[in-house]
Amino acid sequence: MEEGEGEQQGLSPKDGNDTPTEPAPGPAVSPASEEPAGETKRKIDVLLKAVGDTPIMKNKKWTIEKTRTVQGLMDFIKKYLKLDTSEQLFIYVNQSFAPSPDHEVGALYECFGSDGKLVLHYCKSQAWG
Amino acid sequence: MAGRMTDDNDVLRKVWYGRIPTCFTLYQDELTEREAEPYYLLLPRVSYLTLVTDKVKKHFQKVMRTEDIGEIWFEYEGIPLKWHYPIGLLFDLQASNTSLPWCITVHFKSFPSKDLLRCQSKDVIEAHFMSSVKEADALKHKSQVINEMQKKDHKQLWMGLQNDKFDQFWAINRKLMECSTEEGGFRYIPFRIYLANSERPFVQKLFRPVASDGNANTLGDLIKEVYPAAMPPEDGEKKYQVMIHGIEPMLETPLQWLSEYFSYPDNFLHISIVPQPTD
Repeated sequence: MEEGEGEQQGLSPKDGNDTPTEPAPGPAVSPASEEPAGETKRKIDVLLKAVGDTPIMKNKKWTIEKTRTVQGLMDFIKKYLKLDTSEQLFIYVNQSFAPSPDHEVGALYECFGSDGKLVLHYCKSQAWG
Repeated sequence: MAGRMTDDNDVLRKVWYGRIPTCFTLYQDELTEREAEPYYLLLPRVSYLTLVTDKVKKHFQKVMRTEDIGEIWFEYEGIPLKWHYPIGLLFDLQASNTSLPWCITVHFKSFPSKDLLRCQSKDVIEAHFMSSVKEADALKHKSQVINEMQKKDHKQLWMGLQNDKFDQFWAINRKLMECSTEEGGFRYIPFRIYLANSERPFVQKLFRPVASDGNANTLGDLIKEVYPAAMPPEDGEKKYQVMIHGIEPMLETPLQWLSEYFSYPDNFLHISIVPQPTD
């Protein structure tokens, strides 16, 4: 993939209320409003919700490149929450199934997104199924 | 035509019992105490590599020292084979036009964690399999069928696959294949389309079995929508093969029928688009 070393590249806070003191999620992160118009189609909105005792993210809404994988998103969440890379993290769609780590978020959005966004739940232990 | 039409249930059996003759050889740089003989096995197309290769693992580990044995992984012509793809899909996508047996190289070190998911126990395969089944039912029935099942039914699906028990598996799976006749099929068809030699993992979209004009959508309609370049041109040479389970189904085949009869046990239609071989 030409655009990226950092797995976090292509993720940016949706509301732009992220403060610079938070762990920098990679060099390409910028508030959603600064995106060139042409880029909007390459990206989707995701809403990340914590399950159980998993820490919540201060910023829940993100825009993310469609070609980003579930694994890339997991790595990002772990880094954001300052979890150890070896810690397990599960991501669920529809509160029912865990997409495999090489799934692209764009495909998930296309099939399971609603109201213009993809809602994903994340959890440090297995929550469903 | 002589004789009666093949019963559709025979199709399910044929798909289930599809086998690929395979020759496993140990990677040349692995350290062994004796020479490692190749190991031959008939691989079930609908299963997963790490689920059916215990014997392969044992065979090679016999000639190796414990300290040289890391997590097993498989490779074909330099490409690591993803255990979480069904075996038949791996073969169709990467090896369909080579001669048999399929020659797979076995590795015990330098696990390519960038390309492959780790698979340290059968539980990992089961979790992956069940997730796919659930995802498929979310598309087909808004998850209603899978959610109405009991835990033991889920287990039976998995055990049926793990132990290669067709009847055990299909006793439960047929419920996942039910649809109301007035709707003419599932809500959406669970499918994934893979392109040989592509960087992208696969294409998955929402696609209905019935078109807005009421006609059944066919395999050709799906290909036209997702990857029109793979449609055979009306004049000129065919450039691609559209393969499922090692064959090229007619593009006129209704997608709903394919979904019911040609899906892998994970309830997805895994469709490979590979270059037409030139002789």
